[in-house]
Amino acid sequence: MTLKQTPLNAAHRAMGAKMVDFGGWDMPVNYGSQIDEHHQVRNDCGMFDVSHMRVVDMRGNDVRAFLQGLLANNVSKLHLTGKALYSAMLRPDGGVIDDLIVYFMREDWFRIVVNAGTADKDIAWMRAQAAVHAPHLDITDHPELAMIAVQGPNARAKVWEALPGSQALTESLIPFSAVEMGEMFIARTGYTGEDGFEIMLPAKAAPFFWGILAEKGVKPIGLGARDTLRLEAGMNLYGQDMDETVNPLEAGLAWTIDLISPRDFVGKAALLANPPTHKLIGLILQDRGVLRGHQIVHTAHGTGEITSGSFSPTLNQSIALARVPKEVAIGDSVQVAIRDKMLTAKVAKYPFARNGKAVVQA
Amino acid sequence: MSIPTELKYTPSHEWIRVEADGSITIGITQHAQELLGDMVYVEAPAVGRSLNAGEECAVVESVKAAADVYAPVSGTVTANNSELDSSPEAINSAPYDAWIFKMQPADASAVASLLDAAAYQAVVDSEAH
Repeated sequence: MTLKQTPLNAAHRAMGAKMVDFGGWDMPVNYGSQIDEHHQVRNDCGMFDVSHMRVVDMRGNDVRAFLQGLLANNVSKLHLTGKALYSAMLRPDGGVIDDLIVYFMREDWFRIVVNAGTADKDIAWMRAQAAVHAPHLDITDHPELAMIAVQGPNARAKVWEALPGSQALTESLIPFSAVEMGEMFIARTGYTGEDGFEIMLPAKAAPFFWGILAEKGVKPIGLGARDTLRLEAGMNLYGQDMDETVNPLEAGLAWTIDLISPRDFVGKAALLANPPTHKLIGLILQDRGVLRGHQIVHTAHGTGEITSGSFSPTLNQSIALARVPKEVAIGDSVQVAIRDKMLTAKVAKYPFARNGKAVVQA
Repeated sequence: MSIPTELKYTPSHEWIRVEADGSITIGITQHAQELLGDMVYVEAPAVGRSLNAGEECAVVESVKAAADVYAPVSGTVTANNSELDSSPEAINSAPYDAWIFKMQPADASAVASLLDAAAYQAVVDSEAH
């Protein structure tokens, strides 16, 4: 199978990226040391090619009502132009189809950004739901848009340097909101636990903008560091921390699911009928080694499983997200089976690190 | 990337240095460390452990993945490199200096049949395709 390429493929290769098959996309995993790239983002800033993610625009008079039924979080919270909301999109049985960000642009236009690996199935599901509930809705995806994330404490300043006119437009942009600038869409969002922007722009303009950012000293960051940054920030990764077989209330997503308002949404009845028995927690390894996905966690209340694990460059020890029986408490000591050994880990509240610093006691 | 000609190799990317006393020193190659990326943990076999050729006996873990290291020949572990406990990244910066463990081979002739640099180069080249 031929791997799909983003508009920045040649730029990555020119910058010495090590390319890997990432869900069918030919993507940079690093440009040298993944750990250096991680620190670069926590301490200064870096840029990521996330053009494999998909933008989906929904337009129509009934778009808000449609999204209130489609998404587990409640878009009735969105009133300011450009404001974003993180939400899961559930199956009728409560399993997670995808997690996404929805932006309110106008009463007849909401913009959604979905994961790369799930984009086609997401759009098929959205269209099938719209056929029933909002037949006049226009659902158009934009594979022709590239997306560049610039993240880190100095990210916004670097974007302002690289993009004349952007400062006036985005300096007062509150976190988790976006604004249009010509053909660009600039969102103060990210997947690292740092400040910064995610910028959508036409594919043909992406290599030029990437080059300007590089000229301003912004270092390219691969998907390897993206994963350790999001893990430290306690952000779920679809396909690892949750998927179609997982109850979102057992995946740390309760804060995004509105079960209080009287509105109905796909999956609500199933969630109400199946109270969670497990929960997602953080783990910090106390022994030497590295926590990894699918390792079994032994607790005083039964077993659980690591959903994402790696080495935390900020804490300089291994951390993980794990799904364990809900009786497990912060501070508990648990055992993790790694090969032929049982290693001790401490249950911690996540995020582990944000805004350049560790936020848990290792 | 040059492959040192004075060392022996395995298809599973270990390098082997034959010492004057007949013992061997084992590490992982430049190619292996490049594939794995930033190293964060090394688990070496205990001294005195008896190993069969091809046996999993050490683990190197990068941020990205864990990889097994195999005994290149049968024999007994005589030393392991505790410096890697605190600086596993030495495998990235100097893979042919950052040895993982040493063995006394059960049969010296087994060492002679390991890959030479040219044969190992062919292994690396074949993986690139």
